[in-house]
Amino acid sequence: MTLLRVENLTHHFGGLRAVQDFNLNLQTSELVAVIGPNGAGKTTVFNLITGVYRPIEGKITFQDQNVIGLQPHKIVRLGIARTFQNIRLFKELSVLDNVRIAHYGSAGYSTWEALLRLPRFTKQEARVRQEALNLLNIFGLDNLAETPSKNLPYGQQRRLEIARALATRPSLLLLDEPAAGMNPTEVEQLIELILWIRSEFQLTVLLIEHQMRVVMGIAERIKVLDFGETIAEGSPKEIQNHPRVIEAYLGREVNA
Amino acid sequence: MKSAFWKQWKLPLILLLIFPFTILLPKFGIINPYIDLVLKYVGINIILTISLNLVNGYMGEFSVGHAGFMAIGAYVASLLTVWLFPRSLGPFLFPVALLTGGIAAGIAGLGIALPSFRTRGDYLAIVTLAFNMIIKSVLENIEAIGGPSGFMGMDKLTSLWWVYIIVIVVVFLARNYVFSNFGRGVLAIREDETASGLVSVHTRQVKVLTFVFSAFLAGIGGGLFAHELQFINPRSFTILKSTEMLVMVYLGGVGSLGGSILGATVFTVMMEGLRTVLQQFGISQEWRLVVAPLLLILLMIFRPYGIMGLREFRFLVPREERPEALASQREQVQATRQTKEALP
Repeated sequence: MTLLRVENLTHHFGGLRAVQDFNLNLQTSELVAVIGPNGAGKTTVFNLITGVYRPIEGKITFQDQNVIGLQPHKIVRLGIARTFQNIRLFKELSVLDNVRIAHYGSAGYSTWEALLRLPRFTKQEARVRQEALNLLNIFGLDNLAETPSKNLPYGQQRRLEIARALATRPSLLLLDEPAAGMNPTEVEQLIELILWIRSEFQLTVLLIEHQMRVVMGIAERIKVLDFGETIAEGSPKEIQNHPRVIEAYLGREVNA
Repeated sequence: MKSAFWKQWKLPLILLLIFPFTILLPKFGIINPYIDLVLKYVGINIILTISLNLVNGYMGEFSVGHAGFMAIGAYVASLLTVWLFPRSLGPFLFPVALLTGGIAAGIAGLGIALPSFRTRGDYLAIVTLAFNMIIKSVLENIEAIGGPSGFMGMDKLTSLWWVYIIVIVVVFLARNYVFSNFGRGVLAIREDETASGLVSVHTRQVKVLTFVFSAFLAGIGGGLFAHELQFINPRSFTILKSTEMLVMVYLGGVGSLGGSILGATVFTVMMEGLRTVLQQFGISQEWRLVVAPLLLILLMIFRPYGIMGLREFRFLVPREERPEALASQREQVQATRQTKEALP
């Protein structure tokens, strides 16, 4: 079944063509990677899917529902969660609160019930606390629940960001360069982690990544972007030997 | 069993025990009218500081015109008690007047919030500044409510015990708000608005809601203020009053209810102390006006988070949010977790 369908997606910043005619069909439980040199428009694609920007042209449907024009918090509620290239945790807030904030959309009580601490508020808050602690427990972060998230080491901040995304109960997870700044050991752990959460939370994963180790290791399908355009698409093996990909990354050989 | 009961009801019981003193002490002249007045000011300023802290501290926006909301609360409440309510029923209908003043201020807050929060940044500061000035000019130009010479005729309905009760209610409501989804959402917006939206926080809703709540509280503070002075005029609600509120917020601490209480108390007592000192040395009282803005500049440079920035007194944290409660719930989670496949 097609979970996410992106058709002819185009976006410009002023005169800069950030994304041009981007197409993508994501099947349920697939793991697809988008790669490309810096400035190729990968993150812009994520920002368009999650509603941060509104595309100039094109269609995005998620579970056969139009996504374009919806506010980000509504798109999250449909089941699309994401992480960020440069970690964007709520730095001053505790690890627990970082995860609890992601329950905003699912906490079922009104402002009045919160102001007066009515039974439904107490009950829902207890549930949110429980679920958040459960998730932190799975990620091995529960003993740090009250620590401000800025005090976590880098690798754990990355994990917390994934945990926070999962707290919104997504069916599609967008990971924006999750291996950025990681050493080879951490990268190996990350690969295992991504595969593990995919099966544990029944996720479809769309991944932006620079590190070939990650991409070649786990992606079932790869799309290559350069200057906003899709230059290649296929299995890791096909991509590795694709002349245009090699050209985009390494440049063309000049005949003397 | 008894200790569990004591633990749960300690704070309400202590507050209840203090209550009779707020009636008896002023009544029998055990504290003189001046102390009584200062205590009331402290209470009113606590309400105003919490109000502004919700926007400037918790949400991280910058409102500089909260005196405008205070003015609306003050005038609406006063018009009700003077023109509409029978004098004899005044003391009983006082809460209704305050509440109406608060609601009127809240509605004005909604009018400011809806357009202002379409964008982020300095926009709100400019809008609230203009709002503060507009309110003052409008009040000065309505002759029916006294125009520039002000409005009077209110009974002295603001008693110490009323202030005491209302402060407790306001702190209670604000605490509940802050320790809820909405409070966390607002703090998240302060940290990173885009990321908040992308983890399901309805950013616009939370911002508007918080601003309206804040304006409502400022309106309540204004109503109390009016019925203490028994005389209000538009000049009581200028940018200078807003500046005082800013100082109390940044002195006590941003994003903290305990800080608001502390900041309001310290500032109020300090300003009163200054009055005596200036009198002693024969210096003009005008100099008091310099203190608030000067203090604000110094605070912004040297202590931008204030005394209690982003921290909270233990008694202001709901019991289930305290460290030991969280620890026990965490242990429960660890104990009950079905050991599935271990996470890499």
